[in-house]
Order: sequence, then C-alpha cells, then structure tokens
Amino acid sequence: MTKDTRANLVKQGAIWAFIVVELIFFTVAGNFMSVSEQSFIDFDNMLLLLKQSAPIGIIALGMTIIMINGNIDLSVGATFALSAIVLLDSMTWPIFAGLGDWVIPVSWTLALLTGVVLGAINGLIVWKTGVDAFIVTLGAMLGYRGLVFMYNGEQPTSHLNWTLVDFAEAQFLGLHTATWFLLGTALVLWLVMTKTVHGRNAYAIGNNREAAVNAGIRVGPHFLLNFMLIGFLAALSAVVFYSESGSVNPNDGMLYELWAITAVVLGGTKLTGGYGSIVSTLGGVIAIQLLRKGLGHIGADTETVNLVIGLILIAVLFLDRQLNRKGKEELKI
Amino acid sequence: MTDEKPALRLENIVKTFPGVRALDDVSFAVMPGEVHALMGENGAGKSTLMKVLGGILQPNEGRIFIEEESTIMTTPLDAKAKGVVFIHQELSLADELSVAENIFLGELPRKSFGRVDWGKLYEQTDAILKTLNVGFNARTRVGDLSIANQQMVEIARALTVDPRAVIFDEPTASLTDAEKVVLFDVIADLKSRGVGIVYISHRMEEIFKITDRISVLRDGQYRGTLETAKTDEDEVTQLMIGRSLDLSRNEEHREHGEVALEVRGLSCGDLYRDVSFKVHRGEVVGFYGLVGAGRTEIAETIFGLRDPSEGQILLDGQELRIHSPVDAIRHGISLVPEDRKGQGLVLGMNCRDNMTLPQVDDLTAGPFVSDGAEIAIFDQYRDKLDIRTPGWRQTVGNLSGGNQQKIVIGKWLSMHPNVLIVDEPTRGIDVGSKSEIHNLIRDLAGQGYAVIVISSEMPEVLHVSDRIVAMYHGRIMREFSAEEVTEDSLIQAISGIESEKVA
Repeated sequence: MTKDTRANLVKQGAIWAFIVVELIFFTVAGNFMSVSEQSFIDFDNMLLLLKQSAPIGIIALGMTIIMINGNIDLSVGATFALSAIVLLDSMTWPIFAGLGDWVIPVSWTLALLTGVVLGAINGLIVWKTGVDAFIVTLGAMLGYRGLVFMYNGEQPTSHLNWTLVDFAEAQFLGLHTATWFLLGTALVLWLVMTKTVHGRNAYAIGNNREAAVNAGIRVGPHFLLNFMLIGFLAALSAVVFYSESGSVNPNDGMLYELWAITAVVLGGTKLTGGYGSIVSTLGGVIAIQLLRKGLGHIGADTETVNLVIGLILIAVLFLDRQLNRKGKEELKI
Repeated sequence: MTDEKPALRLENIVKTFPGVRALDDVSFAVMPGEVHALMGENGAGKSTLMKVLGGILQPNEGRIFIEEESTIMTTPLDAKAKGVVFIHQELSLADELSVAENIFLGELPRKSFGRVDWGKLYEQTDAILKTLNVGFNARTRVGDLSIANQQMVEIARALTVDPRAVIFDEPTASLTDAEKVVLFDVIADLKSRGVGIVYISHRMEEIFKITDRISVLRDGQYRGTLETAKTDEDEVTQLMIGRSLDLSRNEEHREHGEVALEVRGLSCGDLYRDVSFKVHRGEVVGFYGLVGAGRTEIAETIFGLRDPSEGQILLDGQELRIHSPVDAIRHGISLVPEDRKGQGLVLGMNCRDNMTLPQVDDLTAGPFVSDGAEIAIFDQYRDKLDIRTPGWRQTVGNLSGGNQQKIVIGKWLSMHPNVLIVDEPTRGIDVGSKSEIHNLIRDLAGQGYAVIVISSEMPEVLHVSDRIVAMYHGRIMREFSAEEVTEDSLIQAISGIESEKVA
C-alpha cells in the first residue's frame, strides 16, 4: 500500500470518526441535559435518523458526482418540489381515474421523468453553451421554482393515497422504505463511481478537463448524463418523501441544494472537482442529521442547530486544509 | 568590483518537491552594478530558484543574503520591501486600471479616512516614468499599452522601492528588436545606479551583449560561473547540457515503409497556411521552428483539437474527417502534448488509470472496468518503457517529469497507434531521462511507428529525426533529410531566410 492510498483511507475514515465522536458526545451529554428519558443511541431513534436523512441524502449522493465533475447543481431543491407536485397532482388527473392503485407506478414514472427532463435541460445548456454550471443552475433554480408557483400559486398541492402511505411507512428488515432507497442509491452510485468507465471519466474530467478531452473523453455528453442523473435523484427523493406526506408546499425543497452541498463537502469532496467519494458523502449526510437530532436531544432550538452546523462545516474544512497543506506548497498569491 | 559586498547572495539552497530535487545545493551571487545571466535548460531549476528568491517558495535548506545580511523572504511583497524585485515573463498587470494604480497597487498613497491621494499618486508615478523615458503617462489605461510598454510599467513598479537587485525573467520573449534596444537602455541605466541585475534568458546573443557574468544551472545543481568576456557560446552550452547527453546527429539510415500520414494544403486561419508533408511508417519527422511558428497548432489540428480552414489529412491514402480527439484516436492518431501536466495527465489520478484512460471503454467486464486487464496493460508498458514507480497506485503528480512523460507515451503506445505526435518530448525533463526518451522515440520508429516530433531544441531535432521540417511564421520553409541538414541552413530556414529553396 502506498502512502497515497493510506492518506486517502485516513481521509475517507475521518467523517466516520466524526460520526462516532458525535454519538459519544450526544449520548454522554444527553444523560445530563436531555429532557427525555430515552437514551440518544436508541435503536429506533437511529433507524428514524436514517429515514430522515434520506431526502437530502439521495440528492447529496448525486451532487457528489456533479461536484467530482467540477460542476455544481443549485436547482435540485426546485426540481424536488416540481417533481413532488407532478407526483401528487397526477394521481388526481381524470385520465388516470380508472387505474385504481395502478396510478402509483404511473405517477412515479411521471415524477421521475420530470426530474430527468429538468436535469437534461441544465445539462444541455452547460454542454452546448459552455456557461458555468453554477450560473446555469442558479438560473434554473429560480426558473423551476417559478414553475412550482405557477402550478398552484401559494396553495399546497395535496393528495393522499393510502396504499402509497403504507408502502412508504413499511419497514423491511427494520429499515424504513426511505432508508432502503438511500442505501440502494448509495450502493449503485458507489459502484458507478468506483467500478465503471463513467465513474473513472468523472474523476478525470474534474481533475483535468483538458487532459480528459485529449484522452478522447466526450465531456459534454458526460455532463449531460450526470445532470440527468441528479435530476432523477432529486425526483426520486421527492417521490420517496411525498409518498408518505401527501402534501407539497410551493416553498418545499428550498435550501436543499445547500444542505446537499454541505453534506458533500463535509464528506471531503472538493469544490474544484476531481476528488470525492460516495461513501464519504453518505457519512456527511448522516453526520449532519446526527447533529440536528443530537442538538435537539439536548434541548437546542433550530436556530442554534443551524449556527452550530455552519460553524462545524467551516471548522472541518479549515482542518482539512491544514492537514492537506502539510508537505505541499502553501499558496501565497 | 571584487571588494564590494554582493547585492544579493544565495548560499547552499536546497528545494525539494515530492520525487524531485529541484534545487540541489545552489549558490549564486550578484554584485551591485552587475548584469549577471542565469542560464540553464528548461527544468534546470532557474524558475524554482527565482521563486525561492522572490518569497513564493521557501527553501528546505540554505540562506539568502542581501548585502551580506541574512534574510528570509516570506512573500513576494516582503522580497520587494527588501529590495529584490521581479520583472516576470508573464506580466501581472490589471488591464482596466491606470498605469499609476498598477505601479502602486497595494501601496496607494492615502489621505484621511482611507481616501486615495490621487494627486500624490500621479505625481510620484510621473516622476518614475520620467526616469524611464517612456511615451505614456500615469493616467493611461494599462490595457491600451503595447506589451513592451506594459513591461515598462512592471519595471516602473520595481523602481517604487530603492531596489538592490532586479530580476528579469525572459524579458525579451515578446519584444521587437526596437523595443529590445529600449529595454537594454533601461537595464544599462539600472546598472549604472548600482543595482544588481539577474538576467534570465535562453538567447545567447542577448546574453553576450549585455551581461558581465554567466552562471549556469543544470538539473538543479550549480555548474559554475563564467566571465562573459572570456567565454563563448560553446563553453556555456557545454555547461548547460553537460557531456552526458548524447546529442550526436542521427546517422542511422533506415528503410521506411509506406506513407502513413499525409497532410495536403492544410491551413488554419492565421496560425499556419498551406502546409503539406508526409510521414512514413518507421520514420521520425522533426518539426523545428521558433515558438509561435505554428507547429503545435498543426499537431492540434491533426489530433482534432482545431478545425482546419482548408486542406486534407490522409491516413494510408484515405482522407479523414477529424473534428475531435475522439475521431483522431479512433483512427490511431495520438498526441503527447506540449504541456504534460496541463494537457497530458490527470495529475490526481494514479499511474494505471492515467495510462488506460483513452481505452478504458474497451477494458470492461460486464458493466465494470476490469482491474486485471488494466493492470496487465500497465505492467507491460511499465516494463517496456522502464517507468520507475513504486506501483500502479502511485499518484502521477508525484512522479518525476521523465516518468510522467513515459506514462503519457505509454498511454498511446498501449493502443498501438498509426501515428504518434510528440510535442516537446523532453521539456522540463532531466538529462538522464532525456536520452531515454530520445532512444525510445528512435526505437518506436524502428518498430514501424510513424512519429512526428516537435521540438524547439535544435540538438534534439537533429538527434532524433530522419527528416526535418523547418517552419517559420505558419509556413513550411524547407524540408531537410538527416544527411543534408546543417545547423546554419536550419537556422536560416526558421528565421525566414529563403535560401536556395529546394522543391
């Protein structure tokens, strides 16, 4: 094993070490400060935590690939909301009235297609115009959110299908449906990024786009595929979440893009691209959810939670920079 | 001069990067009122030395003295405050700001409440510009100036402090002859004021015209200092290149195979015009010319990175339509680019992944990449090209230049290309690896590959080529066979002198 791989292992392990620290801290602190009698590391509590990580988690996993590419997608929150509306609203459309519960797969498909199409629009613009993904998806974020409001104004879009709710609330081998989707997505994307040509190319493009082009990699189509993928995942996230809740507010999903990016960055993926891992992002997602729940457990309110997460994010990145800089040349310009 | 204290002195400087000893115990001194040339091939350590001097890099060992006082340069600003100023090859000016603002950037004179004292700023600037005798003033927008005048702004910036030493890094690279004269006057003026001048350049005529002494670096080591008046180009070259590098003329006579690549009447805008040539299998064709003569652009066109405005590219007699590297690679045309780190390698990736990058599509088992197939290819070409690395997991960024270049070459060889284009094959590579790469290029031709080598180093072109194409300003001036070429005729051809043009 070379020094490099060892260093990589240490880096990928860091987020899990952080999770362990969190668990210990909140368990101990919980004994003194918690209002509830329940221990923090309660099995059901942890299962719930995984389930609650799923919506942002699924998006963050996709965001990892986008960021390894050296791009970013700010429109995922709006895509999430629009897909959710398509999901719930389509179940009430008269043309599907005769389908009974068969409307569920149809609506799912429609919602997922919505995500893929919105992602494809982003990807095509990035590919064909060469405009930075940040700008393109910033525009898309506003535009797609506009569509959300055009659909139903300020009104929530609601529809409850009890079969669907049962499915979403089901537990298989103890894990909730949403958790299975999160873990399944993580497994598939991990395979894609570590074992396939597409994953290899994603790292190469993010690390040195020019060299990737010179090696005959078609960068444009590659980007398009990844934006379609993250659109799909944003929609999948919506499908999983709203199958249970049954009601979308037009503001739903706002700031999801930032939470997803936070999780990805906490997991060690670089904003500049070329480096990152799916498994570490999963760690980042869980770490954030642990913080939220843990701080809640010891009696902190939401505002405090956000403040702490913000501080920890900056602290972690600062630490990462310090560790990485060792032995390398410091930038002084 | 010998009794004086050196304006600037470096003692036993060592600077290492992962895998490379960029500076190995280098000592160097410049006296006040002296123009001291620093010479060495690309990769000899000149720029690293200058970065150490300018506070951009910190040396691992060694000391820096200014007028015999030991100092540490922490940042470029710190170096400037201590009287060591750089005139960089690449100008670092803000186009949209005025000359005065650029000169005093970061140090604008202030009035109360942090307001800029414009009156004082322009007054001080004009005072400096006056000593330089230039035809623009403090309020001129820098973006409106010529390159030469922008360089004057850089020099003026140096004069805002009372400099002990001024370092010029390839200052004449983009200047016309008339502009050079002005620059040399300014240098003479600085010299007469007792400033020590370090002059980095590749151009021998300039060096012999304006410098007092010449110090030479090779492979990160100090190789000696010569008095300009008492030496000649040969001696300097010998110090720079060393005897270990075999750059004898290529005298092999080999039978070449069929024409592999043929280019007919290729043009690309203003970059090059009406270029035609053939490359046979088993032949190395060298492209020689000055930087900007259009050689790299031709290579990029053949590789699909540029679309030609006219002309044809034929492979084995078949016309090709190449619009992207994907097309070129499909036809077995491969390019080892000029900028290895920027264009050739994914530095953050490991050796194996870099080597298999263009063909990883074909190395799959089901949906997944086959580790075994990849490692087999890597091992084969590691042995074949003698790539020294602890293993395929090694990050390419940590290899030495020579090994990096071999990875890029191996990347294409493992795909058995029809044509291999190598742009500046040994730029930034140490002498030992240089001859290895040269031998490798000869071997490849021996195995029947059609090879194009683009190089700015004449000995290299003469050493590896069977045929040499001389280019000047986007045109092919002349083609030489290895037997007929002489250095004089080659230099004339790349300088645009049309002597006895052979059909």
